[in-house]
Amino acid sequence: MFNYFANPTRYLRLISKLQPIAMVVTILTIGAGLYYALFKSPPDYQQSETVRMMYVHVPAAWMAMFCYVGLACSSAVALIWRHMVADIVAKSTAPIGACFTFLALATGSLWGKPMWGTWWVWDARLTSVLILFFLYLGYMVLYNAFDEPTRGARAAAILSIVGVINVPIIKFSVDWWNTLHQPASVVKMDGPAVHPSMLTPLLLMAVGYTALYFWILFIRTRAELNANKVRALRIRQAEG
Amino acid sequence: MSPFFQVFNSLIKRELRLAIRHGADSWMVVMFFVLVVVLFPLGVGPEPGILTRISAGVIWVAALLSAMLSMDRLFQTDYEDGSLDLLVLTPQPLELLVLAKTIAHWLTTGLPLIIVSPLLALLLNMEASGYGVLLAALALGTPTLSLIGAIGAALILGARRSGVLLSLLILPLFIPTLIFGVSAVDAALTDLPSEPQLLILSGLLLAGLALCPWASAAALRQAVE
Amino acid sequence: MAEFTGQDLTCIRGERVVFSKLAFSIDEGEVLYLQGPNGSGKSTLLRLMAGLLRPVSGELLWGGENTRDDPEIFRGRLHYVGHQDAVKTALTVEENLTFWAEMSGAEPEKRLVRDALKTFSLTHLAALPARFLSAGQRKRLNLARICASAAPLWLLDEPANSLDTDSVVALRHAIAAHQDKGGMVAVATHEELVSDSNILDISEFTSSNRGAL
Repeated sequence: MFNYFANPTRYLRLISKLQPIAMVVTILTIGAGLYYALFKSPPDYQQSETVRMMYVHVPAAWMAMFCYVGLACSSAVALIWRHMVADIVAKSTAPIGACFTFLALATGSLWGKPMWGTWWVWDARLTSVLILFFLYLGYMVLYNAFDEPTRGARAAAILSIVGVINVPIIKFSVDWWNTLHQPASVVKMDGPAVHPSMLTPLLLMAVGYTALYFWILFIRTRAELNANKVRALRIRQAEG
Repeated sequence: MSPFFQVFNSLIKRELRLAIRHGADSWMVVMFFVLVVVLFPLGVGPEPGILTRISAGVIWVAALLSAMLSMDRLFQTDYEDGSLDLLVLTPQPLELLVLAKTIAHWLTTGLPLIIVSPLLALLLNMEASGYGVLLAALALGTPTLSLIGAIGAALILGARRSGVLLSLLILPLFIPTLIFGVSAVDAALTDLPSEPQLLILSGLLLAGLALCPWASAAALRQAVE
Repeated sequence: MAEFTGQDLTCIRGERVVFSKLAFSIDEGEVLYLQGPNGSGKSTLLRLMAGLLRPVSGELLWGGENTRDDPEIFRGRLHYVGHQDAVKTALTVEENLTFWAEMSGAEPEKRLVRDALKTFSLTHLAALPARFLSAGQRKRLNLARICASAAPLWLLDEPANSLDTDSVVALRHAIAAHQDKGGMVAVATHEELVSDSNILDISEFTSSNRGAL
């Protein structure tokens, strides 16, 4: 199957069919999810209305993780089989993942203000997401740090694999660090036990975010493949 | 003598010889380490209580920064003068050569940091109970920093603005070592057992020894391509 | 009989096809000249032969066996001389030479090291730190390196660059001696180094395929 999709034309044909599906799923699930989140689900007994932030924040944090694993997997495929499409998928995943990570950080910070009274708290989860954000930035900077694009692709692929091995270690150490330093009075972010009426919008949003990821991924990969074609034409032009 | 061991030996010997003849590199790393630590009392004020409280963290952060700063030369000179091509072409596993270079690098930059660290602990008014654990934690932690740093040093070969890039790549990966290193010393200062942290640091070191040379070697192979 | 051959080699650098469907063969005691205009891919082919680069397609065979099957054994069979001299300026001439001899894995033979120094008239400089050497002397040191430990295949990229006439003669002798022992050489150079040799013109494998991606 890997070899089958190593051919960009086949891949393009496939995504041209999948892209409208992803778009429809995104719009429907995020629309329904937001409706449930904002109007149908009950306010939390402890956090009242601010709990609605959770439906934007928690799936974004999930997607941050999901995208990084996807990034590392496609990097591994690109590295081992010199798979051109996998490389482009990895390259296109990174900025999307970084955006989800940033969304998780920004909403976490907004959520923190009413809950803790400050914009930023060194909560274990937020800290891990912050470090993940740096891993994404490192990947993207390294990818673009070389004059020769293939060099950057391979170096960044190795970095993402090293990173994905490190993510659980970082998570574990940050959790350890947090339990040592956390004052007992602070409400933890995973605090509220999830009630079924909260689960529906949460899952809808998670599905919607995933579909959104694929939708953007399809658009980005198509753009990258077109950019490659332009580059090839320019090189041919230079050679006369 | 097995050929592996001999090659390992001569590479370490060459690296040490180069470090000794260039001399200044090791000194600069140590001076940077001391300077960063000295900046903290100037920044947060000379009040002994505060300094005692932050001593372990400051020393570790300074060690992290110095380790990172010393890293970018690890493969850079070999890359520039063509030696890296030849190292890749020797009939030895590249992982082994990377490990030898990393060990030599730690001996010339990590070890001096450990040696001067008690002096810095003194400047920061650390309590006597922390010294032993600080040394042990640094001895277990700094080799891990060198191993991880070697991956970054190999990845940035040939990149634009490699120095800043390196810090962005490897500082996030240094975080677990920082957390357990500081936590070990803090535990000792509050009369808690610090064995768990030291054991985790040893675990990180062993995992680093097993995995990092492979990643660095892969990075070097694609760098000479 | 060992024979070093390449079949169907295609190489892409960046996004440009350097050469495609290239084939070559070097037998024992043979020298292969790589010819072609600047930028035609002579250096690339030599790096590919050494295994530093991976071809997009095609394979390199040693005595009929793919060199990728056991890359470490193959690497033990070759010496590569690139554009850079791989000389550490803080080490003495002899230390530089002995180090690379040691890295080949075998116990370095004092005699070979001494002879290599003599061949390229570096004996009187042996104890001098390499930072005092001129460009030509560094090149000679790099060439002495390949004489200081035995390997059947030499891959030489412009070895005569920045050498004076006497040193070119020394290089010519070294190659002849290597050939007599059954050694193989692939060399890209503008100088005439051996009288009878096979010629591989790389431009034959580039122009017709230019721009094909």
